[in-house]
Amino acid sequence: MEKFDVIRSYAPRLDAPDKATGKAIFTDDISRPGMLYGAMLQSPHAHAKIISIDTSKAERLEGVKAVITSKEAGTIKYGVSPARYDETVFATDKVRYVGDEIAAVAATTLEIALKAVDLIQVEYKVLPAVLTIEDAMKEGAPQLHEEFAGNLCAEVHQEFGNVEEGFKKCDIIKTTTMKSKRQDAAFIEMQACLAEIDRRGTLTLTTSSQVPHYVQRTVAMVLGMDVGKIRVMKPYVGGGFGIKAAANHQELVCCILARMLNKPVKMNFTREQVFKYARARHQFTHVITTGAKKDGTLVALKHECYLDGGAYTSFGIATVYYSGALLSGPYKLPNMSYDGYRVYNNKPACGAQRGHGAVIARAAFEQQMDMIAEEIGMDPMELRIKNMMNAGDTTCNDLNMSSFGMSECIEAVREGSDWDKKKGTLPKGKGIGMACGFFVSGAGFPIYRSDTFHCTVICKLTEDGGAALVYTASAEIGQGSDTAFAMIVAEAIGIPLENVRLASGDTDMGVDLGAYSSRQTLMTGHAAKEAGEHVRQQVLEVLATQLNTPVEELDIKKGFIEFKNKTPDFSALRTRYIKEHRGWTDNPDSEKLTFKEASRIAFLEKGSIVGTGKYRPHWLGGKFKGAAVGTSPAYGCSAQVAEVTVDIETGQITIDNITDAHDCGKAINMNSVEGQMQGSISMGIGEALHEEVIFNDKGEVLNNDLAEYKIVTSMDMPPVKAIVIESDEPNGPFGAKEVGEGAIMPTIPAILNAVYDAIGVRISELPLTPERVYNAIQAYKEKKSA
Amino acid sequence: MKRIINLTINKIIYEHAVEVNTTLADFLRYELGLTGTKKGCDTGDCGACTVILDGDTVNSCLVLAVQADGAVIETIEGLSNEDGLHPLQQAFVEKGAIQCGFCSPGVIMSSKNLLDKNDNPSNQEIREGLSGNLCRCTGYTKIFEAVSSQCSDNKGGSHGKI
Repeated sequence: MEKFDVIRSYAPRLDAPDKATGKAIFTDDISRPGMLYGAMLQSPHAHAKIISIDTSKAERLEGVKAVITSKEAGTIKYGVSPARYDETVFATDKVRYVGDEIAAVAATTLEIALKAVDLIQVEYKVLPAVLTIEDAMKEGAPQLHEEFAGNLCAEVHQEFGNVEEGFKKCDIIKTTTMKSKRQDAAFIEMQACLAEIDRRGTLTLTTSSQVPHYVQRTVAMVLGMDVGKIRVMKPYVGGGFGIKAAANHQELVCCILARMLNKPVKMNFTREQVFKYARARHQFTHVITTGAKKDGTLVALKHECYLDGGAYTSFGIATVYYSGALLSGPYKLPNMSYDGYRVYNNKPACGAQRGHGAVIARAAFEQQMDMIAEEIGMDPMELRIKNMMNAGDTTCNDLNMSSFGMSECIEAVREGSDWDKKKGTLPKGKGIGMACGFFVSGAGFPIYRSDTFHCTVICKLTEDGGAALVYTASAEIGQGSDTAFAMIVAEAIGIPLENVRLASGDTDMGVDLGAYSSRQTLMTGHAAKEAGEHVRQQVLEVLATQLNTPVEELDIKKGFIEFKNKTPDFSALRTRYIKEHRGWTDNPDSEKLTFKEASRIAFLEKGSIVGTGKYRPHWLGGKFKGAAVGTSPAYGCSAQVAEVTVDIETGQITIDNITDAHDCGKAINMNSVEGQMQGSISMGIGEALHEEVIFNDKGEVLNNDLAEYKIVTSMDMPPVKAIVIESDEPNGPFGAKEVGEGAIMPTIPAILNAVYDAIGVRISELPLTPERVYNAIQAYKEKKSA
Repeated sequence: MKRIINLTINKIIYEHAVEVNTTLADFLRYELGLTGTKKGCDTGDCGACTVILDGDTVNSCLVLAVQADGAVIETIEGLSNEDGLHPLQQAFVEKGAIQCGFCSPGVIMSSKNLLDKNDNPSNQEIREGLSGNLCRCTGYTKIFEAVSSQCSDNKGGSHGKI
């Protein structure tokens, strides 16, 4: 095995000391002299025509600097996918959900801005609203968008192989329906932004974003500005999970106000507004039919899915494709059909959230795997291993598993959970269940059509020779990407991590599509590695000339120059370095030539040593419509075992423990890999057991706070055994691939399978609240006694 | 209308005129520039704004600045000093207990208060002590390990596991 000096270790994160001491700066921590505060007027109605807007009273309030509506903001349409630009900064003719933006104010204090918002008078003609998929699809239902008849935002119809023929060969065919509820990502930092414009006309937006690059493009498009005049920076970001992966209204409004007033403007979402803006996980209804032979071989899958989309598209087109595309693995499956429908209605828009589109589909399918296993009397793990794809296999929809440690993951959780001893032997009310899942390591294509590199990295050696500086536009949002890239650069050059400094999250530093689709480690990791290797090569070439030694004989390890054969006399170089450093305290005290000396000499010969790196995936298969969604240079995969206790009298579920194994390729930072696994499990448990955004019949969110929207607390989190499986991914930097999203895939179905094991009842709707579980148990009892 | 308040924050005495409706969280963040205290909800649900007030943790978004008149307050900025990080902060760094870091100041203040009152809390007591602090990134596991490593039983190298 290749020996690494920096990666594959438990490295403390670069940002942890600042975050532990309160010194780390997040957007709302920044203030500017003379800064104004913005606030937005949002619709109180789920569906209404705007008859008139009167801003005069608001404008007259002392301290108000501007009141804007679509008149000032314009009506340029934007969104996430160019195929569905269906939003404008402010509603023009009508509002489509409770929270739709209508106007905004900038004032000298937030209090005045909020008061002014209250003074804006809007006359509405309330229209009938549709709040469910069923109502929205009824004939004659009120229409949200004229261009999309029947409230159908997007539909997908795909078939690979021949499903009907496949079913004819099957001994077992199972059909089930699974429903989930709309989720909120519940990141702890609410969206915030600060826009300012300098005297030369450059607009700088500092914002809590996962994707500065896409925000920059959207701002340019909506404000009609040169993209070169816009700089988007993200300071530290308090989580995003997908929701901060597109420009939001607040960012656009803030930029418009700052440009108009020539003053810095700051805006913050309240927690209520976070729920109103939404863009989190859709509500899914999956109808899945799986066919298998009696020896357990999977043959065909027929899949129909309905997505409750809300009022706008956001990421929805990608979501509806992802929901279907990612069931083609991790099992060998020659025949698969998919019909997906994303439906508009008068609720806030849904978008992308951790495990984009694929989490509930996975939950439905993995339960069917268990049903098939039960019917043929096979251990669920054996059934999965029997059907498992191998490294190098390609799915029926052209996803290539270039590395695939899935079977190793199953073996690891089998042993780690003591499965063989527990399965089938637990007392009533206690259950054990397992599931598998996988996810992309970066979307194969940018969101807009382009030949752009997906990321660029610059590495510059300081002129004194002491450090390597890394500049990347990538987005550290808590997942640990800054530390991973610094480790990759250190490994690539051959120097200790402590000699690398890194700055990120700024569109001035290059192109980086950002933190979504679990792309940063693999994609920006490649660019970071290339940039590091580029500076390394330049230093070694200078050294080779200076020492009259072939460059192939030189290496850099742990900050020292290694000579493969004879060590040449480098005393002249050392003397030159020491003369340069007269009076400094850091002269080399090693018998070995140090990287620092070599780096300084390289500067003296060539000027500043700058290395560049870039990455763009090779062409990733698929010629059919929608093939771009789901393709990735690599796929991370995982298996989990959940143990649960169900109180049969109350329906209360307790998760006793979870054993998780994830194949992330070669782990860059073990600390971060385990952290992503544990965090994914926590989100999966919340989604399985309690998380649900609840609406009333007016389309208002009833539980728009973190007291009533229940995420996992320290009291709920079970012990987690996180086992890291390291395959060697040929398409990954140093063999690395994703962990941030794949790890959530098996959590929900593992819990559902464990609950079935505990009580013998399958529950087809999430979340598993005590009420729902209790009712399911009662219904089962009544059915049995009838 | 403003009122004068006197209070001690991180051992420094302040005399300040504040609006009566200003919360302690906003006072710390926007008037004193102590932005280490975070706001994740402004309604007392998330615990990101946790500070220690006269020896007990409070959600500073639920306390008015005028209510803190005469109080002794510790914020995250008071934990580290010129010698470096507080051992508890160091444990959070080393155990990988920090991801996005937005909840971390509040979590660390709750942990400190827990350990101030009980230098050897059980695993269950650690969970209860942190139950008012929401974290969406870490799944709490490494946070438990960091706090546990600072219990008197575990100091001196043994690794806290829960």
